[in-house]
Amino acid sequence: MKKPIAGVSGGAAGMAAALPHTGASRPGRMTRWLESERLLATLLLSPAIVLLGLFIAYPFVMGVWLSLSNVSVGNPGEFVGLKNFIKAWNDSIFRTAFWNTSFYTFWATIFKLALGMWLALLLNRSFRGKRIVRASMLLPFIVPTVLSTFAWRWMFDPTFSVLNWMLYQGGFITNKLPFLSDGTYAMWCAIVINTWRGMPFFAITLLAGLQTISPDLQEAASLDGANGWYRFWHVTWPLLKPVTVVVVVFSIIQTFSDFQLIYVLTGGGPANATHLLATYAYQIGIATGLLGEGAAISLFMLPVLFIVVWLQLRYLRRLEGA
Amino acid sequence: MTTEKREDGTSNSRQVDRRTFIKTTGVAAGVAGGIEGILAARRAPAFAQGTKLHWVRWVDFIPESDVELKRQMPEASKALGAECVLETINANDLQARITAAIQSGAGADIFNFQYNWAHLYQNAVSDVSDVANELGKAEGGFYEIFPPSCNVNGKWLALPHAIVGNAVSYRKSWLKEAGATEYPKTWDAARKLFPALKKKGKPYGQTLGHTFGDSPTFTYPMLWAFGGAETDKTGKKVVLNSKGAVDSVKFMQSFWKDSCDEGGLAWDDTNNNRAFHAGEISATLNGASIYIVAKRQKDRIKDEKGEPMYLDIGHAPLPAGPSGAYLLFLNQSHAVMKYSKNQKLAKDFLRWVHKKENYGKWFETQEGYSAGATKVWENNPMWGRLDEPLKMFRTAARKTRLFGYAGPSTAKATEAFTKYIVTDMYAKAVQGMKAEDAVKWAEGELKKVYEA
Repeated sequence: MKKPIAGVSGGAAGMAAALPHTGASRPGRMTRWLESERLLATLLLSPAIVLLGLFIAYPFVMGVWLSLSNVSVGNPGEFVGLKNFIKAWNDSIFRTAFWNTSFYTFWATIFKLALGMWLALLLNRSFRGKRIVRASMLLPFIVPTVLSTFAWRWMFDPTFSVLNWMLYQGGFITNKLPFLSDGTYAMWCAIVINTWRGMPFFAITLLAGLQTISPDLQEAASLDGANGWYRFWHVTWPLLKPVTVVVVVFSIIQTFSDFQLIYVLTGGGPANATHLLATYAYQIGIATGLLGEGAAISLFMLPVLFIVVWLQLRYLRRLEGA
Repeated sequence: MTTEKREDGTSNSRQVDRRTFIKTTGVAAGVAGGIEGILAARRAPAFAQGTKLHWVRWVDFIPESDVELKRQMPEASKALGAECVLETINANDLQARITAAIQSGAGADIFNFQYNWAHLYQNAVSDVSDVANELGKAEGGFYEIFPPSCNVNGKWLALPHAIVGNAVSYRKSWLKEAGATEYPKTWDAARKLFPALKKKGKPYGQTLGHTFGDSPTFTYPMLWAFGGAETDKTGKKVVLNSKGAVDSVKFMQSFWKDSCDEGGLAWDDTNNNRAFHAGEISATLNGASIYIVAKRQKDRIKDEKGEPMYLDIGHAPLPAGPSGAYLLFLNQSHAVMKYSKNQKLAKDFLRWVHKKENYGKWFETQEGYSAGATKVWENNPMWGRLDEPLKMFRTAARKTRLFGYAGPSTAKATEAFTKYIVTDMYAKAVQGMKAEDAVKWAEGELKKVYEA
């Protein structure tokens, strides 16, 4: 005797019990809404959209309006077109800040990428205490920027620098190094601090990318006689490119718009040598009360970052296509 | 105590009969007689229950003064019938808070203003001429720096509070060792003295960084001492590119290299205090806080002989250049914000703060760090009790200029000030730029401000 298909006979009765009678009531409105994909998606996305709208879109639109007007603190102002942008472009301090921002972003990103990659490759190995090292490596990134910059500022202090003291005691210098009192030194100190802060972000992201690469590929290359550099350049790097591009773009956006580090470390000095667009915009907008001009200065970041993001998306699409 | 005629024709005095009391209690008392009326009625005015007055000031360089003000708040609350709250914040954050409050239309009722911020925020603050005129009349008039700072188009838009004086704090024994019997009276004499001290590792300490206090209070007087000025008397024409300005920059270049701690380019307003207390510099321009803190912490701050350092600290005004000696002091005032729903309460509060017994207690905790808003405070017995080095601050506020000279100190002068154009002129020059080029650069920047 054939075994009935499970659930068929008793299932019929069960089905009769499970399926609603034609005369039974329809699901409630709330249930219907929650079962509707479109409605549910809208419901779940709306908090994020509201937050983005309130804290990103609204300030951005307000910033654009301010930049096109002569608003100052307490004065509503009126539309002046591109006057603020023209004034900024003719301002030598603005041009210095623009150059500083580009220089700072370029070198900090290069160092963060190189050192972050090196750290990620090291941490991709198996060793004792790997988990603790991976977790503690994130500390520079987690510690609030203001706090860590204060600590660095103490280390670079013009009078009481512990670094100068160590170098002097070690016989490496006879006069203290002008870490923050010389424009060039101060800029490189800022780059060092930014690198120290941002390197863990690169390392952890690239490490995640490395973890997705099958070790079989490395093994195969090794068996074929490839050395470490060859394996990295021809096996690891091509597979890591997409995630590298993403993390570089994020870093460029954050570094180009950096404010806290410079504000705490040097205030933009000495003599504007470390002023960035963000710190100069703050100085004009807040200290001078010229909100329109301050907004225009900060909006100069937009075309630069827009180009960076557009290039990234194009490159990623090309990689995907390949 | 003064006696005034009120609007209703009654007079206020300590002896008040019931009829007068009935006429003058509550809001009427406040409107008709101000703080005197409130006190005469011996009853707080009827502000709505739960009314709160929010007062924001900078964190004072003399911590005991903030302690005293906070101690006074419950008394003010009781006297005024509303909760009065004092919040102190970092001075560098004041403008950010003021801007946010004005633009959002909500925030503290009263803000501590510095310099000529009344010009900057003139459309967002209330007219306090009634309070200012009362106070000025009662105390013999404000120091001459206050009208250009706080009076805009004939209206007092901020109530003068105090003036933070500055002077050169110096180590008496070190200067004596270098052959000086007194602090140099001219910049030429200073240029002859300090190189020897720098060679001994005891340079002059001065910041040329972006600070609101120590930098401009040095660089603007340096410019004026050599006959330089930002603008002409109208304030519309930039006249910076002059022989005086170039001479002052050339002087600063050689003084910086031969006499100063060159790390000063990165100093903020606290570095010179710390460097002085650590025995790293022999002299620096500062308020009285170096001496006051050294005295209050005499067991910790000692000289190389192990003696309390304050015993070796002297004060002297900035030296004179070829055109004389000039000073720029940080003047402080309070403004009532237009958005505040407690206009009357705020003004009454300011009147209360400036009552002699209240203001006097705060003033005494300053121990010379601030001069009062009016000359009457020069006669306060506190000055007689002070150590000799602090006594010079008593009359220091009588003659001080404000930025924007030789024109009026307007919002454009503040823009030039907050862009650190004059300070950076010297900073660029001491880092290697030719004096003429540094002055030319600054002239160009000032023109974009004043002549745009």
